[in-house]
Amino acid sequence: MRTGRSELVRLAHGGGGLLTRELVGQVFLKHLGNPVLDRLEDAAVLPGRLALTTDAFVVSPPFFPGGDIGRLAVCGTVNDLAMVGARPLALTASFILEEGLPLADLERAVASMAAAAREAGVTVVAGDTKVVERGGADGLFVTTAGVGLVPEGIALGTDRIRPGDRVIVSGPVGDHGIAVLSRRPGLEFDTPVVSDCRPLNGLVAHLFARLAQGVGTSAIRFLRDPTRGGLATVLTEAAEGASVDIVLDEEEIPVRPEVRGAAEVLGLDPLYLANEGKLVAVCAPEGVEEVLAALRECPEGREARAIGRVEEGRGNVILRTAFGGRKILDLLPGEQLPRIC
Amino acid sequence: MQEALRRFRDPDLARPLLERVRHLAGRAAERLGRPPAFMEVCGTHTVAISRAGLRAALRGLVDLKSGPGCPVCVTDPAEIDAMIALARLPGVTVTTFGDMMRVPGSRGSLEEERARGADVRVVYSPADAVELAAACPERQVVFLGVGFETTAPAVALSALEAARRRLANFSVLTAHKLYPPALEALLADPEVELDGFLLPGHATTILGRRRLAFLAERYGVPAVIAGFEPVDILGALHELLAQVVAGEARVVNAYPRLVREEGNPRALAVMEAVFEPVAAAWRGLGTIPDSGLAFRPAWRELDAAARFRVEVPPSRPHPGCRCGDLMKGKAAPFDCRLFARACRPERPLGPCMVSSEGACAAYYKYERAC
Amino acid sequence: MCLGVPGRVVEVVEPGRWAVVDLLGTRRRVGIALVGEVAPGDYLMVHAGYAIERLDAEQAAESLRLWEAVSGAGGAAEVPGPGPGPALA
Repeated sequence: MRTGRSELVRLAHGGGGLLTRELVGQVFLKHLGNPVLDRLEDAAVLPGRLALTTDAFVVSPPFFPGGDIGRLAVCGTVNDLAMVGARPLALTASFILEEGLPLADLERAVASMAAAAREAGVTVVAGDTKVVERGGADGLFVTTAGVGLVPEGIALGTDRIRPGDRVIVSGPVGDHGIAVLSRRPGLEFDTPVVSDCRPLNGLVAHLFARLAQGVGTSAIRFLRDPTRGGLATVLTEAAEGASVDIVLDEEEIPVRPEVRGAAEVLGLDPLYLANEGKLVAVCAPEGVEEVLAALRECPEGREARAIGRVEEGRGNVILRTAFGGRKILDLLPGEQLPRIC
Repeated sequence: MQEALRRFRDPDLARPLLERVRHLAGRAAERLGRPPAFMEVCGTHTVAISRAGLRAALRGLVDLKSGPGCPVCVTDPAEIDAMIALARLPGVTVTTFGDMMRVPGSRGSLEEERARGADVRVVYSPADAVELAAACPERQVVFLGVGFETTAPAVALSALEAARRRLANFSVLTAHKLYPPALEALLADPEVELDGFLLPGHATTILGRRRLAFLAERYGVPAVIAGFEPVDILGALHELLAQVVAGEARVVNAYPRLVREEGNPRALAVMEAVFEPVAAAWRGLGTIPDSGLAFRPAWRELDAAARFRVEVPPSRPHPGCRCGDLMKGKAAPFDCRLFARACRPERPLGPCMVSSEGACAAYYKYERAC
Repeated sequence: MCLGVPGRVVEVVEPGRWAVVDLLGTRRRVGIALVGEVAPGDYLMVHAGYAIERLDAEQAAESLRLWEAVSGAGGAAEVPGPGPGPALA
């Protein structure tokens, strides 16, 4: 009978949930751990206020409603930098191409990358290309690194989160997850949902600029973009990192009706679906109104909502249901799977 | 209709209904000398009840026990081992509902088999598996037919579609089960103490209310056929409690917008044409006669078990696993010494933890103290 | 065992066999052989890509009326005894 660690990497290890965490702890941190890496933040902030991040993009299918792997690569990297408060400066991009990939597809992805980079105000300053034999990669993989500068006075992290703080999301969740699934072979369905993939550095810069004139930038404790694993996963990591409980009001969490519907058809929970153009912010209670106002002034944050609060606790995310019930949102073992039961 | 559908999940209706249920539960407890114990037969009810926070809201007032209506939970390990053995055959593509991917057999799961190189794909519908077979004539596409009466007619239709299109590379491994025989087996066990059943609304859409009348007529147990929205579930619980308070036993259809007295004749006819009832092994309940479905001899060509001979060594459940007792309502997840310790969602030892609707997974996610 | 989603028929593509159904905003081809003839606007319950039965609007309204009446009863007031249920037992 199987017990203990799996001997093979499973798809679930990439799901962003419990098994990913296990893999990171038992393999990566075990050998590579250091005070900066151990913080496991979206980007590392080094002496000199330099922010550095890296990311890999393996999305399948590579072209989906509302985006593609090229756009995703730029936005994902820029957003990682923005989440530690950094102003993104430049990106590198390395491509792993599978033998047989149509050049037209590659060019389409790269052109999209360029457009996204212009939108975010960054440049790709270094790159690399490798080609592997047919079967060695799923069409096209992209790995990036991003570098940015964190302005003076900005220091974000779970260590700043306090009971009484409030939780805000910049808009409806689950769009990207559904958009990608809608094109997956075996699950294809026709939905108006498109990915929300977009750069958030403009939104973050505006937020800090506004706060600087009001309640102060220190009102923002923590930022993160809820990518794989979704809102529930990202908030669980925050709650655990800060040793607090986060209580969310189910009725306040914005989800588009089409996303809710598609998720229901497949038996999935929108709170665990990926987002590529949203952020979650934990802020001081006295800053809530200003934060919401600032976010709503930008198109990327027009539908921002306050969805919960931080309480004394031990690292749980608790959802208050429409009936006043409370239930814990756990980390999932791996990716969510469509179900019929 | 849209408005009506929304109203079944409207907290403004569910909340006062919950208060009525609480009040009635108190009266039922007075009459019985203990809180009433009802069995939610269907795993989808277990998840719906937990998700709405109803179980916590009724704690101490109503004892809601999870039943055998989780096809993943009751799938015998030997059946899972057979699915894995098929996945290991060269040239075979196994297609399945997502529910089956993480169920542990004796030596691993379909998900782990995929990691080892097996071609295993999740589909939303058996119709997708048929399309895959049409698109890939060089592969043998096997669909894992799991599920109760809700799903069996759909699988039968897909199999007929494949036959109609002369797809020689499509077959189904049947592991379908029928739920009324399982309820009878439960009622035959003297240790099982139940005051009523919350019956699965969609499986009973196929069967019809009349087929379940025996629960009251022969066994004197109240039963209510329920839908899956919070208002449906609360309304059904209200009806069950009212019967307990009055000391009555009837099988009531509380889902009449879908469930008819005689069920769905077309669905019953296609099941009858393609499948025949056979004895089936249910994890925890043992072998129950006429409780599973197999292809009739006329349709053997679609039967994966006939097309592929796979060697399946005898299965061994994990020692200490109490999924069987859970299924019978004899134990709760907290009673199992493996629960939340050796057996967790990321490392499940038995199907009750693997299935998102299994009692243990639902309890782990929703019921741990908060 | 029972995850079903209500859907509205958009278009019949193969009478008696397949229809395009709007499932809470998603559109899919759904098998309709278990419910026979359908027309655009009909509501169906869909499970694993097949309609298992039609949704009856009158019965839906009847159920809601019953439960609204039950829930509307005051705190200490007498609750109606067990009925035959929303549909005749």
